[in-house]
This record gives sequence, structure tokens and C-alpha cells, in this order.
Amino acid sequence: MINPFKRLRGRHLTIGMPYLWLLMFFALPFAIVLKLSFSTAAIAIPPYEATFSYIDESLSIFLNLGNYLLLLQDSMYYMAYLTSLKMALIATIGCLVLGFPMAYAIARAPARFQPVLLLLVMLPSWTSFLIRVYAWMGILSNTGLINNFLMWLGVISEPIQMLNTNFAVYIGIVYAYLPFMILPLYATLVKMDMSLIEAASDLGSSSFNTFWKITLPLAMGGVVAGSMLVFIPAVGEFVIPELLGGPDSLMIGKVLWQEFFNNRDWPVASSLAIVMLALLIVPITLFHRYQSRNMENDA
Amino acid sequence: MKKLSFSKVMLWFGLLFLYAPMFILVIYSFNESKLVTVWSGFSPKWYGELFRDEQILDAVWVSLRIAFYSATMAVIIGTMAAFVMTRFRRSWAKLTLSNMITAPLVMPEVITGLSLLLLFVQMADTFGWPAERGMLTVWIAHSTFCAAYVAVVVSSRLRELDQSIEEAAMDLGATPLKTFFLITVPMIAPALIAGWLLSFSLSLDDLVIASFASGPGSTTLPMVVFSSVRLGVSPKINALATIIILAVSLVAFLSWYLTRRAEKKAKEAMGS
Repeated sequence: MINPFKRLRGRHLTIGMPYLWLLMFFALPFAIVLKLSFSTAAIAIPPYEATFSYIDESLSIFLNLGNYLLLLQDSMYYMAYLTSLKMALIATIGCLVLGFPMAYAIARAPARFQPVLLLLVMLPSWTSFLIRVYAWMGILSNTGLINNFLMWLGVISEPIQMLNTNFAVYIGIVYAYLPFMILPLYATLVKMDMSLIEAASDLGSSSFNTFWKITLPLAMGGVVAGSMLVFIPAVGEFVIPELLGGPDSLMIGKVLWQEFFNNRDWPVASSLAIVMLALLIVPITLFHRYQSRNMENDA
Repeated sequence: MKKLSFSKVMLWFGLLFLYAPMFILVIYSFNESKLVTVWSGFSPKWYGELFRDEQILDAVWVSLRIAFYSATMAVIIGTMAAFVMTRFRRSWAKLTLSNMITAPLVMPEVITGLSLLLLFVQMADTFGWPAERGMLTVWIAHSTFCAAYVAVVVSSRLRELDQSIEEAAMDLGATPLKTFFLITVPMIAPALIAGWLLSFSLSLDDLVIASFASGPGSTTLPMVVFSSVRLGVSPKINALATIIILAVSLVAFLSWYLTRRAEKKAKEAMGS
């Protein structure tokens, strides 16, 4: 088969334009963040000192390691990293526990219902993210729906504090990211050969045993992809801990935002971003590997 | 059999979990009381208040314009990248391009936003352009991250496309460009429209990246909503949320219905 797009000029333009755009607006910005993470904050516009200077024929490079040392020394920062990782992990498990049976039920539903059910799962994620998080504020607050209902029933006499707690953040993350868990899970479960499960139960395996030994291992690709799609953005989440969380739900996205907008310490914000990226590089590679394997399989 | 019924129960529970908060929002947007959580009677007055709020209306207009231009640019970049990913031979350039284009999919928004802002500041410092952050910088930021989604949607469509039709057109003497616009584009049109709509809604919805990339005079709707919501629940925002939910449901239903009809037609054409 001849590759039809061999012509030099059109070909180069096709690859060149998106390439230049991404180089300019994706790769270069990261280089700048890296550079800035080694600079010193200053009261100026822009609020940092230059890394490179060329005076009297000598090029000097100032690399300030202080920002990174600060992240190590100040317990607030590394606690924020630990809290983010822990909360993202728990929320991911929550999504998995709720999402797996949902995806399984959709994959086993009659073929003509499957698109409708998928649409129902995806539809909320197309409406505003902010609005969906906001919806929980009215439900969880002290004068909110749940507390009012429980007090009306007489189960409790004083409102339970739910808004501005870690519990609310978990609810928010599971609620907002559930569709992203279900979609890849559904994609692997729908391709699964049902005769394997029948064979297992014919041979006397209990349904619990079949699930652990057959269904789950076969769906592992979808489990990994879905978990990464939830875990990675959840670690850097800002809106959910800001609106639903309390003072102790100090997640790293929120700390970065505060350093940048409130303290105007751009170098520290940059080093926070670099360390966050370093922590996420393993899950991101995992996800990429899954996706490229998936693309090759489809081809 | 037991397993199946458990998963069905979970499916209905999950759907209830997904939809109940939105229904509650819609119902409470018609609440007369200013105290959002106490029901005191039906009234559409908050909708009236909403349409008198200049700040919100301005922000809606800004957001719609940015979303329109971003979606258009994202479709152009994303489609070109998808074309490279599916039709070009394996090369170093192709590999780095496909890695760069899909990276924003999993990048935390705060990092994307911060990095783009620092780029704009550095550029202004070095070249004096862009002099001020505003709609242009938000447009650039949104086009970049939406292009990732377009690339994924379009490349999966390109992959399942029968390449022999394109080859036939070129064998008959059409130039690659002509082949692309006369053969490929009509065949991937549903994916292009889906990618455009997805980008449009992503851009309309984004708070974090826009907060970093925007400047005075380019406050988007999510930024206005966020600063209001931060202070607590407000009935006006409930009314706005209801309108957004209705609009999105309508568009989603329409596009679902149209694709289903197109598929049916295609099946009938194949059968006859």
C-alpha cells in the first residue's frame, strides 16, 4: 500500500502547524515553569528575579534552590501533598466501587438500551462542573436538605456538620468524576467473552469467586484507565476542596492557587507544580501506555 | 444471576446519585424565599433577577464568544494532529506530536493554567506581546486543551474509516488536499461536529485555566459564578444552573437523536 500523503509540502504543513502550536503553548510553558521554580520572588512586575543575566560580557545564571528546600522544610506543603494523594486515592476507590457494577450492568443490558444508559451516565458531565459541585453545597450544608430532613424526622436534634469537611470533598470528587470511571470500564467489559463466566459457573465456581478470578482480571485495563482518569485530576483538584472542603482539606491544587493568587509568590507556586508533576508522572505514564495499547488494538 | 441483579441495583442507585442533586437545584430555583434551603412557595422571580444582572449577562457573552472561537481553533489543530497520528508513517515528529497533543487530557488544570500564564507573562516581558491578558490569551489556552479532546475523538473515527476510498480518489488524480476536503471531511463530519461541541462545552465550563489566563475585561461566566458561590448558596445561581442544565440536556438529546437517525439511514442504505 502506498502512503497517499507523501507529497512534501502539504505533509509538512499538516504536521508543522499543530506541532508549532503545541511547542509554543504546551512544551515551552513547562520549560518556563521549570525555570521559574528556580528563581527568587521579588516585589516587581513580573514578581520574580531574572534567572539569566548578561552583564560585562559574562553570563550569569542564578539557580535558587530555596523554593524546593522550603517545600521540604515547611510541613504545610508536604502535608498538602500527602493529603491530596490520600484523598484522591480514597475518592478513586469510591468511584471504582460504585462505577464497576454500573459499568457491568450497562455492558450486560440489552444492546438497544446500552447507548441510552451511556448517555444518561455521560450527560451530567457535560453540564457545568462548577454547577455540579455547587449543587452539593445546598444539600450538605447545616441548613441543607439532608440536615433539614433528618431533623424533621427527629433522628437528630442538631445539624451534623457535613459541608466543609473531607467527607464533602469525597462526595464531590466521586460525583464529578464517576462518568470518567464508568466509560473505560464499560469499554473493556462490553468486549468481554461471557462464555468464560458461564464456563466458570458450570465448573462450580461461586459468583464471588468468578468475579475475583475471571471478571476483574479481564477488566484490569479498564480499571487502570478509569482509575487514572479519576486519580490524576483529583490530586490537583482546586474547585472541590475550595467549595466543599474545610480548613483541614488542604489539597495541593488549593495551596498552589493560594500561593499564586493570594501570596503572589510565583516561584514557590512553580516549584509546587513541578513537584506535583513529578509525583504524577508514574500514573500519567501508566495511563499513556494503556491508551497507546488500546489504539494499536483498535487499528 | 445474583451478581447481575446486584449490579442492576447499583446502576439505578448510581443514576439516582448522579441526577438527584440536579433535580434538587432545578426545584429550588423556583423557590420564593431568599433562604435557598427553606421552601416558601413557587415563584419564577429569580429568573427575572438573573436577566437583570448585567455582570452575569456580560460574562455569558464573553464566555460564548471565547467558546466559539476556541472550539473552532481546537477542531483545526486537533484534526490535523489526528490526521498525523493515523495517516503518517511512524517517525520521531509523529511520536512527540501525539504525546504532546494528548498530555493536556490528564494534566491537572492548575498546572496547565499556571504554565500558560507564565508563558504569557514571559512573552509580554520579552516581546511586549501580548500586552495585556484578555480574551485572546483565554482563547489560546482553551484552544490548546480542547484540541486534545478533538484529536482523540477524530483519530478514533479516522482509524475506523476505510482508507481505500481516499486511495481511489487519489488514484483517479485528486490532489491530497482535494481528497481531504471532498472525501475525508464528509466522512468524518459527525466526529468533527462532536469534537466541536465537546470543545465548546469544555471551554464554556472551564474555571481554573480561564482564571489564570484571563485579565481585566475578560471575566468568563464560571469566574462570576465561582466568586458568587464562594460566599454561599444563592437562588440566582440556582436559576442560572437550571438554564444551563436544560440547554445542555437539549443539545445532548438533539445530537444523540441526529446521530441515531443518521445511523439508521446508513443501515437502510446498506440494506437496499
